[in-house]
Amino acid sequence: MTLMTALIALGGMALLFGAVLGYAAIRFKVESDPLVEQIDDILPQTQCGQCGYPGCRPYAEAIANGDDINKCPPGGESTIRKLADLMGVEAKPLNEAQTEAVKRVAYIREDECIGCTKCIQACPVDAIVGASKLMHTVLIDECTGCDLCVEPCPVDCIDMVPLAPTIGRWKWDLAAIPVRIVE
Amino acid sequence: MPSLFQQIQAGKVWDFHGGIHPPTRKQQSSQKPIAVMPLPDRLYIPLRQHIGVAGVLLVRTGDRVLKGQPLTAADNSMAVPVHAPTSGIVVNIAPHTSPHPSAMPELTLTLEPDGQDEWRIREPLNFATCDNLTLLNRIQESGIAGMGGAGFPTHLKVGMTQPVDYLIINAVECEPYISADDLLMQEAATTIVKGIDILCRLLAPKAVLIGIEDDKPIATAAMMAACNQREHYYVRSVPSKYPSGGEKQLIQLLTNKEVPNGRRPVDIGIVMQNVGTAFAVAQAVLDDHPLISRIVTVTGDTLNQPQNMLALLGTPVSALLDACGFQPEAQQRVIMGGPMMGFTLPDLSVPVVKTTNCILAPTATELPAANNEIECIRCSSCADACPASLLPQQLLWYSKAKDSTKLQEYNLADCIECGACAYVCPSEIPLVQYYRVAKAEIREQQHEALKAEQAKARFEARNARLEQEKQQRAERNQQLAATRKQQQQASGADSTVADALARIKAKQAQSLSTEPSDKMQVQAQRELKKQQARAYQQDKADASQTIAPAADNADNSSPAVNSKAASVAAALARAKAKKAAQANTGISTDIITDTAVEVTENSVALAVTTSPATPVTSADTIAPDPRKAAVAAALARAKARQQQQVQTPTEPAQANNNNAAINTVTEPDPRKAAIAAAIARAKAKKQADSENS
Repeated sequence: MTLMTALIALGGMALLFGAVLGYAAIRFKVESDPLVEQIDDILPQTQCGQCGYPGCRPYAEAIANGDDINKCPPGGESTIRKLADLMGVEAKPLNEAQTEAVKRVAYIREDECIGCTKCIQACPVDAIVGASKLMHTVLIDECTGCDLCVEPCPVDCIDMVPLAPTIGRWKWDLAAIPVRIVE
Repeated sequence: MPSLFQQIQAGKVWDFHGGIHPPTRKQQSSQKPIAVMPLPDRLYIPLRQHIGVAGVLLVRTGDRVLKGQPLTAADNSMAVPVHAPTSGIVVNIAPHTSPHPSAMPELTLTLEPDGQDEWRIREPLNFATCDNLTLLNRIQESGIAGMGGAGFPTHLKVGMTQPVDYLIINAVECEPYISADDLLMQEAATTIVKGIDILCRLLAPKAVLIGIEDDKPIATAAMMAACNQREHYYVRSVPSKYPSGGEKQLIQLLTNKEVPNGRRPVDIGIVMQNVGTAFAVAQAVLDDHPLISRIVTVTGDTLNQPQNMLALLGTPVSALLDACGFQPEAQQRVIMGGPMMGFTLPDLSVPVVKTTNCILAPTATELPAANNEIECIRCSSCADACPASLLPQQLLWYSKAKDSTKLQEYNLADCIECGACAYVCPSEIPLVQYYRVAKAEIREQQHEALKAEQAKARFEARNARLEQEKQQRAERNQQLAATRKQQQQASGADSTVADALARIKAKQAQSLSTEPSDKMQVQAQRELKKQQARAYQQDKADASQTIAPAADNADNSSPAVNSKAASVAAALARAKAKKAAQANTGISTDIITDTAVEVTENSVALAVTTSPATPVTSADTIAPDPRKAAVAAALARAKARQQQQVQTPTEPAQANNNNAAINTVTEPDPRKAAIAAAIARAKAKKQADSENS
């Protein structure tokens, strides 16, 4: 008799909790995949498409679906490390075909620009200003260095120029000898 | 229990965690009065000498400027102007080595003094009558930025709207060797107090606390005497300990309050100003003397006369050192700032700026360079010495491991880089250097994250915009279709099909009904039509016979026929040439050349057949008719293209030749030349692409 009581009580509780959980699963369902958001936050948002996907979010979705995490050259090693932490996989070296580059921005040689607007259409972050048959130029602060404008230019007047270091972004050199008093 | 204010009034001074007691060595320079630096040959004035952005340049190379004349204008609140320290000629505006540890060149104005030291017109303010806004503007226009070392624009710090309980005047000057503030207080205490009066007007604090280290008795006495008439000014002597002059440390010493992590002193009702800043404010407001000079301690054992100098901003360090009898050693180091927080200068042409308080030229025995760094032995002396109560060895590990999350967890941002940890380290680890590198790294990462965020927002905004445009286009198309339909319906076009059907049926019915009676009539009509057609053909044949000889006789004078045919031919030739050019981008080059040849042949044939009387082979003879000239030009172009096509597949490097060929065809109009160049570039690019692929 005691055995039956215990079984009935436990069974009843199991059913009750199951019902509560089932209701919660439907009632509080998370619509989007939060993993994609997390991955997207790690990616550098250059929208360069060097991973083979049209932008960072599609690549984030691809990673969430099991694609390799080492296809993002602008992010470099640190991004791969963070992605590896997040996805719980081994950090791989950057894909060989995609080498890590120094930070660059696009520069339009303005006297050669013919004003075709092709680069404007190619820019994923609207960092090129200009109008048809008028000279175009790049907003350096907005340029992500994705390279996408270089290819469409019919007269090859776009260069990718390494970003000049400034005092504000200068990093201390460890080799510099510190100054201090020794008795 | 007395309140905090009562305790402060009673003269209580608290203590802060850690700190060190390095030898002060201030006597070298503090025993002599301030000397005035003679006018140097050149003054190098960096356009940005503070934290913030440079102003807009107002002068040009070759301009003569007067002493105190603004060289830049502040166009936003983070900018403060720089002024001409003396009258002279602007000889250059170009990048020059900056007084910064990176030694990166910054835009610097070079001034050649004319020796007359001629002032601009000065307009001193009546401090008692003018309002706060005028005072703040004057402070900004006079280029005043914090003179303790950080160089934060003063007008921002004193223009805050938050209530202020205490104004602290920092006259501690805790770093070894430096005695500039000490001498300033000894010699100009009354002016300093006037400056404090102005700051009080702007901030309206409950009390003014002036903190001075107890190893400066003369300065303390001078300040006490100057503050004698003021009720709420308290001169407080703090024990000599490094770094009691740090902002947060001094706040703790004088008020026992701690600035919370990531907040500013004003959030707890405290504003701190350097004593030099107070002096500069007084000068700016009461004398209209902008910030064009400052007191610099020039010291070290390699100098015959270490002393404090009143130097114009922009004076090269080499001139200052020479004025003090500099005897450099081999591999002489010259340090800007103190021995704890300063940095070694890359070369001596670096100028004195608003934040330069000391130039130190020590001998190798006086200040040996630390170079035998060994592993950390976990002695925790650094943690005992840290005035910010951080854990320096933990920070060291994480700095070495570049673990920015852990570094932030251990509050690296609270490190004031005072160097106390490195000073006590028995392993001689340059801890501060590691922290600086790590801080720069974190700053960079934050910058990148911010940029990524912006890029993402822009990308999404662009996508949304494109999507919206697409929708709008679709809507417009739908609307147009709908209106077209409506119009058709309105004009009854919808019933046209039914009408047509009805008409056909009626006709059929008619023909069926009339068939037997009208059959003969129809046949007769057909016969008549046939006859008419025959007659027309006959007429036509006759006419052509008569025209043909006429055309032969007419020679060039039948432009109606010839020119039309010629223009058609030209257009055809152009179109074909274009097609051929497009085909050129394809794979097979043989076919292209073939088609090109064909094209030219065709066009030649066309041209020849349509204008039989004109000799097309020689370009000179067709000159009179512009249409024919166009044909010739088209032919020439086609030929040039053909040549190119033959050349380019074999030797892509001959793009220049093509260029030349096109240039010879087109007139030497610069615009056309530019177009031709662009075309040539495009072609070269295409070629390169096809080769790559």
